[in-house]
Amino acid sequence: MLRYLIRRLLLLGLTLLITSAIVFALTQLLPGDVARLILGREAQPEAIANLREQLGLNDPIPQQYVNWLIGFLNGDWGYSFGSGNPAIRPLVMERLGYSMRLALLTLAIAVPLSVTLGVIAGLKENTWIDSAISLVSLSIVGLPEFVTGLVLINTFALGLGWFPASATVSANDPIDKWLPQLILPAITATFVLTGYIARMARAGVIDELRRPYVRTAILKGLPYHQVILKHVLRNALLPTITVIALSFGWLIGGLIVIENVFSYPGLGRLLVAAVDRKDIPLMQAVVMTIIFFYALANLIADLVYALLNPRIRLE
Amino acid sequence: MTVPVLQVENLNVDYRLERQWLNALRDVSLTINPLEIHGLVGESGSGKTTLALALMRYLAPNARISSGTISLDGDDLLAKSPADMRRIWGKDISLVPQDSLASLNPSYPVGDQIAEVTRRHQRLSRRESWRQAVEMLRRVKLADPETVARRYPHQLSGGMQQRVTIAMALSTQPRLLILDEPTTALDVTTQAVILDLFRELIRANNAAALYVSHDLGIVAQLCDRVTVLYGGEVMASGPVATLYRQPLHPYTIGLLASLPRPTPGVETRLPAIEGAAPSLAERPRACVFEPRCPAAIPLCAEVKPALEKLPDGRLVKCHRWREIASGAVQLPTAPVQQTTSAPPRQRTVLQADGVTKRFGESNLLDQILGRASKPVRAVDGVSLRIRERSTLGLVGESGSGKTTLARCIVGLTTADEGELELLEVPLANALSQRSRDELRNLQMVFQNPNDALNPYHTVGQALARTIRRLSAERLTDEDIRQRIAQLLAAVRLPAEYAGRYPAELSGGEKQRVAIARAFAANPALIVADEPTSALDVSVQSVVLNLLKDLRARESTSYLLISHNLDVVAYLADWIAVMYLGEIVEEGDADDVYNPPSHPYTEALVSARPVPDPAARQKIIRLEGEVPSARHLPSGCRFHTRCPRKLGAICETEAPPWRDAGDGHFIRCHIPVDELAELQAGPPDSKHEDR
Repeated sequence: MLRYLIRRLLLLGLTLLITSAIVFALTQLLPGDVARLILGREAQPEAIANLREQLGLNDPIPQQYVNWLIGFLNGDWGYSFGSGNPAIRPLVMERLGYSMRLALLTLAIAVPLSVTLGVIAGLKENTWIDSAISLVSLSIVGLPEFVTGLVLINTFALGLGWFPASATVSANDPIDKWLPQLILPAITATFVLTGYIARMARAGVIDELRRPYVRTAILKGLPYHQVILKHVLRNALLPTITVIALSFGWLIGGLIVIENVFSYPGLGRLLVAAVDRKDIPLMQAVVMTIIFFYALANLIADLVYALLNPRIRLE
Repeated sequence: MTVPVLQVENLNVDYRLERQWLNALRDVSLTINPLEIHGLVGESGSGKTTLALALMRYLAPNARISSGTISLDGDDLLAKSPADMRRIWGKDISLVPQDSLASLNPSYPVGDQIAEVTRRHQRLSRRESWRQAVEMLRRVKLADPETVARRYPHQLSGGMQQRVTIAMALSTQPRLLILDEPTTALDVTTQAVILDLFRELIRANNAAALYVSHDLGIVAQLCDRVTVLYGGEVMASGPVATLYRQPLHPYTIGLLASLPRPTPGVETRLPAIEGAAPSLAERPRACVFEPRCPAAIPLCAEVKPALEKLPDGRLVKCHRWREIASGAVQLPTAPVQQTTSAPPRQRTVLQADGVTKRFGESNLLDQILGRASKPVRAVDGVSLRIRERSTLGLVGESGSGKTTLARCIVGLTTADEGELELLEVPLANALSQRSRDELRNLQMVFQNPNDALNPYHTVGQALARTIRRLSAERLTDEDIRQRIAQLLAAVRLPAEYAGRYPAELSGGEKQRVAIARAFAANPALIVADEPTSALDVSVQSVVLNLLKDLRARESTSYLLISHNLDVVAYLADWIAVMYLGEIVEEGDADDVYNPPSHPYTEALVSARPVPDPAARQKIIRLEGEVPSARHLPSGCRFHTRCPRKLGAICETEAPPWRDAGDGHFIRCHIPVDELAELQAGPPDSKHEDR
């Protein structure tokens, strides 16, 4: 297990190194000169040349990459091109906090719901219950988030008035203020995830039910609930863990549409804003943060999987 | 009169397939008395597993018991509620399943899975049930049961896993044990030990057992009575001794006759039961065996015979049993001597010198962590020679390296060291460096024909691809069509099979296609890895005969790998015995199976279940497991398990090759004369007579 852990950590480091190079290379390909972007269209050629020198833009690209990477690792993430040139790191961290809140709340709703639905569908394979669960969860997945989001806002915010319509939280809000604001965005994201997680759980249960050890458990005379809870689910839900972890990565960095619909200040919206403004340092920082969380979620999934699976744990 | 432990009367089980109920078991009756081990034999598709599970009232969701009675100790099982059944399962009736690894939950320690049974049925506390589980593991003779109980299934060897399932099944002292082919996946040596254990524990528990098997040898050695099932019906039933000595049903006669057996010095052919068992939907209306029966008369296709009870208590279901009993109808009962024989030629087809293959060389990370481990020496300096038109049989337990050696020869695995020569020309170890001609000359037939054929290619496409790829000249479509027809005829399949997909073929037919594909390239050598172990005995004889015919006609040589010594003896003229990566004995097939032989070979031969209840077998049981090839024993690698170990010399010095004459060599410290004397003499304390 220690060996496995070390290998996975080394792999995580390598993944991040390679992706950082790709991210840096891609931002280099974007059209436009950074110095001109900062100084504006009417800037003097001398001023641009000076700034280029100052920013190190005349250095060879690999050197620029190394400088950027070292700065990034030291916590020097640079300054945004946006109004007031704020420091990037506190900005990203604040938005990360908001994204994290929404992601955790979504998982708290989506995981129990979809796993339960998937397990029931799997146990009742090919009955009307299975068909109903599959039909509903899959048709909801098919709906775009802006449609479900707007329907929810119309019904529960504008119609019934149970929850606020937008989620423009700020840093010092108390929990009883921000939590209700997050409910509708979380439910919208849950709609997207439920189909995937439930499908995975269903497939896992169906797969495991066919295995001979289930017959062994039944023919030991164990009660049905013990056969299912102790023997089947323990193995059937292993693949679902990976899907849940991957969706955590998506919840941190991929909720661009939902964040826009609810005006929620998450990382996704920050990234869109950075792209709009060609704010390259901010773009790099946000993308690296998102990638880091994707990779971390993956690592955690693999470790949990290994911990629950003696065939890997005891390698 | 004693109450039978199990009494099944006129049991009918149906399966629902495509909206209609099909009869899977018809009017099956079965009685098992206390202390009795009842054998249930039949080919795949005969319904034996359905019966074994149905009499526990465990049925597939699409199955039903349509009529009949099942009683356990006189108590009607079919009247029980599902809740009642859950109190009976695991307590009064237990199952020892076929595939023990798959039948254990991978996520719990085995001790936990055993303890669960007594916690449920005897309401033992957690600690008490654990103690009991360890005790059960001790009773099934596992060394260090406390440690084994904490292990997970995948950490145990096949034999240990099987013992765990036995311990689980016996932990509540059930009245009836259902044993579903529990030793099929095991080596003969392990199988012998497990069978001893069954005998002992069934007696000690005062239980009774139903032993489901396709292996007539095991049934002969283990069971008191036997029932032969075919097409969902009982064909014959009776005490093992009479049923084997004087079989009255043509199917029983055919099964017994088709078993390969050593016939020293004589070239033989096996009588075969042609055709395949019918599928559920295609079962004949009258006698189910009629289409394959060599003694069938028109009556057999019209009227279903009754299951008749003979004066001596036997049951038989055949219109012609009286004629068979009186000798008026004669059916072949033993291998027939072959008139034309094609002896091996002197020319060498394949020569291997010092072939070595290591696995698990440690990588950089292991070295950084200080965990660099010794590599596994799967094959360690093996030399052998195969002559033209001959068969070299390679035998040994799992883990002996025989499959790795075969893969090194065909190039699927690249040998680390050693030289190969094909047709007296050096052959590269790596597949990528071999010429097309060399590839053509070395073909392989795999154990499982289901995995060896692409399910999306028809038989014709599969053969055409091989013919085209391995042919030197350009062939027209017509040439290829002709060659396919030739090949199918050679493996005795109808020409229209070229258009069929593998899913439309039976297991035996698929293996014949695989053999046809191997021959498609006109190879000099075919490596066959357990070519018949996935097949039924009646189909096995067809395939073995086929291999023999093709060897004579095409002058092909075989490297035959098998754990079944009788199969090897039937086909091979030269035998090499492997243990832990080394060859320990080699010689002419007739010589190797008779004294003097290496103590390991002796143990293998004695562990083989003979399909004759009257045979008094000398039993040598090998202690313990095959050691890991990562930590090879010093001196003679077999010393840790050798029943004839001399002493310190075996632990310190590698044994010499000793010449027993005629190319027969034995790698042992004991001189050949002494071995001959020891093995001919009366069994010593290590052996017992049964």
